[in-house]
Amino acid sequence: MKYIVCVKQVPDTSGKVAVKEDGTMDRSKMATIINPDDLNAVEAALALKDKNEGAKVVVVSMGPPPAARMLHELLAMGADEAVLVSGREFGGSDTFATSQILAGAISHIGVDANDVIFCGRQAIDGDTAQVGPQIAEKLGIPQVSYAADIEQKGTKLTVKRVLEDGYMNIEVETPCLVTCIKELNTPRYMTPRGILEFDKKPYSVYDFEMLKDEPLIELDTIGLKGSPTNVYKSFSPPVKGAGKMIDATEDGISAMVKELAEKHII
Amino acid sequence: MILDEKRLLMQKLCREFAENEFTDELLDRLEETGDFDYDIFKKMGEYGFCGMKIPVEFGGQGGDSLDYVMMVEEFAKVSPVLAIYANTSNSLGGGPLLICGNDEQKAKYLPDVAQGKKIMSFCLTEPGAGSDAGGTITTAVEDGDYFVLNGRKTFVSGAPVADYAVVFAKTDTTQKGSRGISMFIVDMKLPGVSCGKPEHKMGIVGYPTCDVILENVRVHKDDMVGKRDKGFGAAMATLDGGRLGVAAQALGIAEGAFNEAVKYAKERKQFGKPIADFQAISFMLADMATEIEAARELIYSTALKKDAGDPDASKLCAMSKYFASEMCNRVCYKAVQIHGGYGYIKEYKVERFYRDARITSIYEGTSQVQQMVISGNILKK
Amino acid sequence: MYDCTDLGAFKGVWVFCEQREGKLNTTSFELLSEGRKLADDLGAELCGLLIGDQVEGLAAELGGYGADKVFVAESPLLKTYTTDAYTKVLCDAVMEKKPEVVLIGATNIGRDLGPRCAARLHTGLTADATHLDIDTAKYLDFLRETSTIDVDSMKWDMEDKGLKMTRPAFGGHLMATIICPRFRPQMSTVRPGVMKCAEFDEAKSKAVKVEKLNISLTEDDIKTKVLEIVKETKEIIDLIGAEVIVSVGQGISKDPEKGIELAKNLADALGGGVIGASRAIVDAGILSGDHQVGQTGKTVRPKIYVALGISGAIQHKAGMQDSEYIIAVNKQETAPIFEVADYSIVGDLFTVVPMMIDALKEEK
Repeated sequence: MKYIVCVKQVPDTSGKVAVKEDGTMDRSKMATIINPDDLNAVEAALALKDKNEGAKVVVVSMGPPPAARMLHELLAMGADEAVLVSGREFGGSDTFATSQILAGAISHIGVDANDVIFCGRQAIDGDTAQVGPQIAEKLGIPQVSYAADIEQKGTKLTVKRVLEDGYMNIEVETPCLVTCIKELNTPRYMTPRGILEFDKKPYSVYDFEMLKDEPLIELDTIGLKGSPTNVYKSFSPPVKGAGKMIDATEDGISAMVKELAEKHII
Repeated sequence: MILDEKRLLMQKLCREFAENEFTDELLDRLEETGDFDYDIFKKMGEYGFCGMKIPVEFGGQGGDSLDYVMMVEEFAKVSPVLAIYANTSNSLGGGPLLICGNDEQKAKYLPDVAQGKKIMSFCLTEPGAGSDAGGTITTAVEDGDYFVLNGRKTFVSGAPVADYAVVFAKTDTTQKGSRGISMFIVDMKLPGVSCGKPEHKMGIVGYPTCDVILENVRVHKDDMVGKRDKGFGAAMATLDGGRLGVAAQALGIAEGAFNEAVKYAKERKQFGKPIADFQAISFMLADMATEIEAARELIYSTALKKDAGDPDASKLCAMSKYFASEMCNRVCYKAVQIHGGYGYIKEYKVERFYRDARITSIYEGTSQVQQMVISGNILKK
Repeated sequence: MYDCTDLGAFKGVWVFCEQREGKLNTTSFELLSEGRKLADDLGAELCGLLIGDQVEGLAAELGGYGADKVFVAESPLLKTYTTDAYTKVLCDAVMEKKPEVVLIGATNIGRDLGPRCAARLHTGLTADATHLDIDTAKYLDFLRETSTIDVDSMKWDMEDKGLKMTRPAFGGHLMATIICPRFRPQMSTVRPGVMKCAEFDEAKSKAVKVEKLNISLTEDDIKTKVLEIVKETKEIIDLIGAEVIVSVGQGISKDPEKGIELAKNLADALGGGVIGASRAIVDAGILSGDHQVGQTGKTVRPKIYVALGISGAIQHKAGMQDSEYIIAVNKQETAPIFEVADYSIVGDLFTVVPMMIDALKEEK
């Protein structure tokens, strides 16, 4: 039994963001982190592995070679194997092409009858939430997104799937794909021993050559050329001109309130 | 020092654990009650921090001295007292067993200690034997398969919560000074073992300290660690490692206080600008940062040299502790100074760092003892 | 034979009109209102796609918000949403009718359905769009208004009738306009609460055409089983519809209870409003996620937005900067929130807010 988890290394958008002159993000100047929702996906897999003896957790990421560090970290957390999907041919992929490549890589690993694939709901750089469902479609397996609770009994998974005004409990058979949200769990830390021994675990790099015989991997469905969407224009959002400074005194504030009343705002 | 990927991950792990788990609420509770917090200790144990430097075959994580000092540093940055929680088993608690315990003893005691299931304290100091540990008067008299221990140990960190104690006692009273001392593992539940009242300490509140009283305590011969009458050497070797731990703790405290000082200096405005804009403040910060950096390099390289069996390791451990603890006190003094009156108020974190800093130049050998060790090393050549 | 690259074969704008338990969600109306403009620019029909069990009666409501026609797919198997059933019905309908544009609300369901459909149809999908244009001239006006791009010094294809879908990326740090030039339909999920809802048109409502779709769906097509649907009885935080929002940030953390009480009192003094929160407050567990305003929370555009002790990380600003009037209170005069505020008050919210409440009471 395997739990395959798709993870992405993303720029840390919580702090200052470096923007290049052409309006695109300067990723080289930004710290990278493991996408937060993906950590919940990893934890979901590790937690199920803890309950199912003999199960293993395989983490998969598509990205440039430095993404290896993130995979090392996940091995140190407890994942058993890591796969980095990396190659020039994969660059510039939109969500459609990305899911195509990841689905190809997952097929290459092999999806067995009792396997589960986990993804984070969405990545903080794109916020699209598309790659998970699209991998499921391309692998021809069912999906459950927005998982806030997961229970496994044999080949059946019961998932609490969150809606805006409540939730659904959904039953699904393996193999299937689940996308995870932060309410699902609290990701564990690495352990010191995990760090010291991560390099004893299997680690592979899949490039185009290795994957080209997978039916999903065609040059016209991957990379920039295989991406249905293109960026037409990108720009920094407008900065609104600074407004009025108001004194933090009774007089200052009552003058502001008067002005609001005069403008019929209140 | 340039750290490789594993070192950086270890640093990241320890930093994230401390920043997330050592919450303000927990730190305030420790300060208010002075009680040992079993929940956080259990968590540290589960993640393996208590066994950072203990070999994998004895339930530990298999890290080296540098992994260990980085852990203590990162923990102390957030909480000097919680740094001790994870420290003891790796230094004074587990250390003697690692240095001269036999395989049965290691297998019996270390796994539980490494996983935070049991706590071991270190009983060397006596009311009349502080810096001069050779003045030990606690005795262990052979009686069949047992030794009968009598005496009083003082300032034992963690004694009120300990499951076991490493006790140094005179097995041959005819030998003078540091000779004729042996080392025992004493189960704290044995008849005749009792604890004194927890001390009210200036700092490191939340890790209770008290006396351990031994009255006709019968300890089995199997629990004598190392060679009979040769325990003092083991104590000193343990203290080398312990000193490195205290040095790392002092480094962490200094960094914690420094970070608070930088933040405050940028926020606090006087005469119309942040006080960091005044040289009187910014030069203090420059001095603090420089000393911290120097201490870190000394400690890290000493850790590597110690594990490599460098003949100067003992001297370097003493130097690390001497320099880092004195530096820590200077840095905390300045950090409080930069905060002005606010630094004297308990609401501000530097107040606690300042109090916690003070012990680092005292325990596990005062700065003056370190000077003795260092000069002794230099002059014997 | 369905060919997603035969661009000329695709006509019309579709909106997937999400209903739950026979009730349409308001995002459907927002999308129809926006879809109406796009259809007019294309000179094409605007169609609603209604999927469910016995939902035909909802079609008139869709007409009132601009739909010319409503396709209805009904089956007991479609009573509650399942990915498999809805994907099959939507994709089958698209393959048969070939719409040029398909819009889906970026709700938890829309974001499950959209990507699965786009993958099956082999086309692109833009996620969480906040602005849509067909007409290039209108797009350029939009750029002039919202960007620093020197529009007039650049060459543009003014005849282009492709859908230009603009969305925030990188947590709101950047805006990106996405196109899907080689495949049809052009698909986008659209962020709830962003598009303005048109006035309900009684005449259009009556005139709407309804076409029932023949669907082929069996139980075997559905690989998931919905065991139960639970409505959470929690208080509904209607940030999107609120006229007044008072949001709290880390500035309240020294006394969160008091801070929230002050925010509530201020909202009352402003004539009643909803309490919002920054991500820090939600992450700290002080308020639930329903209160969160920002890129990862809700996008709001109330008449008055008051930010108390919120520094104004770009994620937060992305969700509130279109509010009509913004009042910000923060201790730090360098707080980025002041860059978007109409009224900036540098001070401790615990002293400033009571003064505001007093002043508002006096004004009445």
